[in-house]
Amino acid sequence: MSHLALTARLDISESVRARWFFVYTLIFGGIVAAFFAFGVTESRVLGFMGLSRLLVTYIQLAMAIMPIFILLTTVRSVAGDREAGVFEYLLALPVSLGSWYWGRLLGRFLTVFLPVFLAMLVATLWAVHKEIEVPWRMFGIYTGQLAAMSWCFLGLGMLLSTFARSTDVAQGSAFVLWLTCLLFLDLILLGVLIQGRMPAEGVVAIALINPLQVFRTGALMLFDPQLVVYGPAAYVIYDHFGGPNFIAYSMAYPAFLGTVAAGIGYWNFRRGDLV
Amino acid sequence: MIRLSALTKAFKKHRVLDALELSIAEGERVALIGSNGAGKTTMIRCILGEYTFSGGLEVNGLSPRVDRAAVLKTVGFVPQLPPPLKMPVRELVRFAAAVSGTSPSRIDELAARLGLDVKLFAHHPFFKLSGGQKQKLLIAIALGRDARYLFLDEPAANLDPEARHTFFTLLAERAANATMIISSHRLDEVAALVNRVIELDRGKVVLDDRVADAPLTGVLTCAVVLRRPDAAIAKALGEWGFADVREGLEWAGRVAGADRLRFMGMLSRYVGLLVKVSLEEQHVAALKVVAS
Repeated sequence: MSHLALTARLDISESVRARWFFVYTLIFGGIVAAFFAFGVTESRVLGFMGLSRLLVTYIQLAMAIMPIFILLTTVRSVAGDREAGVFEYLLALPVSLGSWYWGRLLGRFLTVFLPVFLAMLVATLWAVHKEIEVPWRMFGIYTGQLAAMSWCFLGLGMLLSTFARSTDVAQGSAFVLWLTCLLFLDLILLGVLIQGRMPAEGVVAIALINPLQVFRTGALMLFDPQLVVYGPAAYVIYDHFGGPNFIAYSMAYPAFLGTVAAGIGYWNFRRGDLV
Repeated sequence: MIRLSALTKAFKKHRVLDALELSIAEGERVALIGSNGAGKTTMIRCILGEYTFSGGLEVNGLSPRVDRAAVLKTVGFVPQLPPPLKMPVRELVRFAAAVSGTSPSRIDELAARLGLDVKLFAHHPFFKLSGGQKQKLLIAIALGRDARYLFLDEPAANLDPEARHTFFTLLAERAANATMIISSHRLDEVAALVNRVIELDRGKVVLDDRVADAPLTGVLTCAVVLRRPDAAIAKALGEWGFADVREGLEWAGRVAGADRLRFMGMLSRYVGLLVKVSLEEQHVAALKVVAS
């Protein structure tokens, strides 16, 4: 087995044993279980019912929970391991830095993405079993978007971990990053628009840069295009780009951003002190 | 050959290694001593490629920063503080063996010789092992492959006397084909293991001395006679595995050859109680110390 695969496997088994993973899995599994328990599949909102209603609600909750969870657990784990002396020992073994860094990233990606995906998959299989109609296109798009968002925030988390010299600084930076993304969702963008202090192009640009807003807009593209549902920036984007194009962008951009962030993190990891 | 030329490492404005010049030839067993903050760990981390530095550093002609994996393939390392790894013992052994190109069974065998049954603790998280068990496993991982360079940071600090003896025997088995750097802040801990002593102080070499080779193997039979029974020395001798032969007045036991200085260091704390001490190398009656 290659060193990259060995490191990925090591990170997966470390994560699976960690308390955060237990909580993380419980939350997403619990959300799906709660949806079924409270009959979300039987209710109708804005034309969505059955499994599509469940998926829409699920993706909105995932957007709220996943990024901060991924950011905090990644920076805690990486910066924490360095502080505790884990790096001093494991990086004295003959594993290349590339295998170590990208192996950890890959392992962690699987541990953060799979519980979210599997919860969604279980819901879908349950729907198949109960002969509820399954919106397969929506399922496929949400899977891609969730994977892209996981990768994006994982890359950002790795980037922060390589620059921060302590767990406290890493956690603080992760929280500030998440808060910034959250603040520049449609809510703030709407305020900026109303105040008229920024041209509409600037507002849309921010909406296209903010991965959280991109994810939100992409997920909303499956709704009926109404301003009240989308929010102003997302509505303008929909109007300008069209649904299918933006859905593709909502997967490509976060994946690209995550890769670039992870790449810069790797560059910084290699050039500085490892411990 | 490890060659350090004008090796300098600074954290912000604080120079921890100050233009260090050093060459360590194949087969040397070096005690790296110095007080806390002298630069011992920093020097080892530089050689392991974990720190950036200015100046030159080569391990067998290779740079540990550029040719990381190639250099580390030849290195076995035991850190001073065991890492708080959550992974089970079996997984750590498998991972270390796989990346180092050795077999887990070889590590298991060495651990068993040190008194640690890896199978028994296979599913225990590493961080939940006792200090001694962690040390034994890390030593087994470091020695369980064909490393040409061994970096041991206070390696025997947590070992019981029996395990120390085995550890010295293991080092003796590797002495012919491995270069060893054993770091400690106390010379008596490592003096008998080495043939060269390097002392660092504020990032510079302040002492570089060759010492006579002491046999790493061998066992000394030892008898201690006390003026009167005493709880403190009884406890200390008990920790060395000595048996009470006569109502706390006479004690008998065995000391690993390489541990003789450390043992005598322990005895020196109770010098007022000693009536007679004898140390005799088994098979060869070469050394006899009598104090009365």
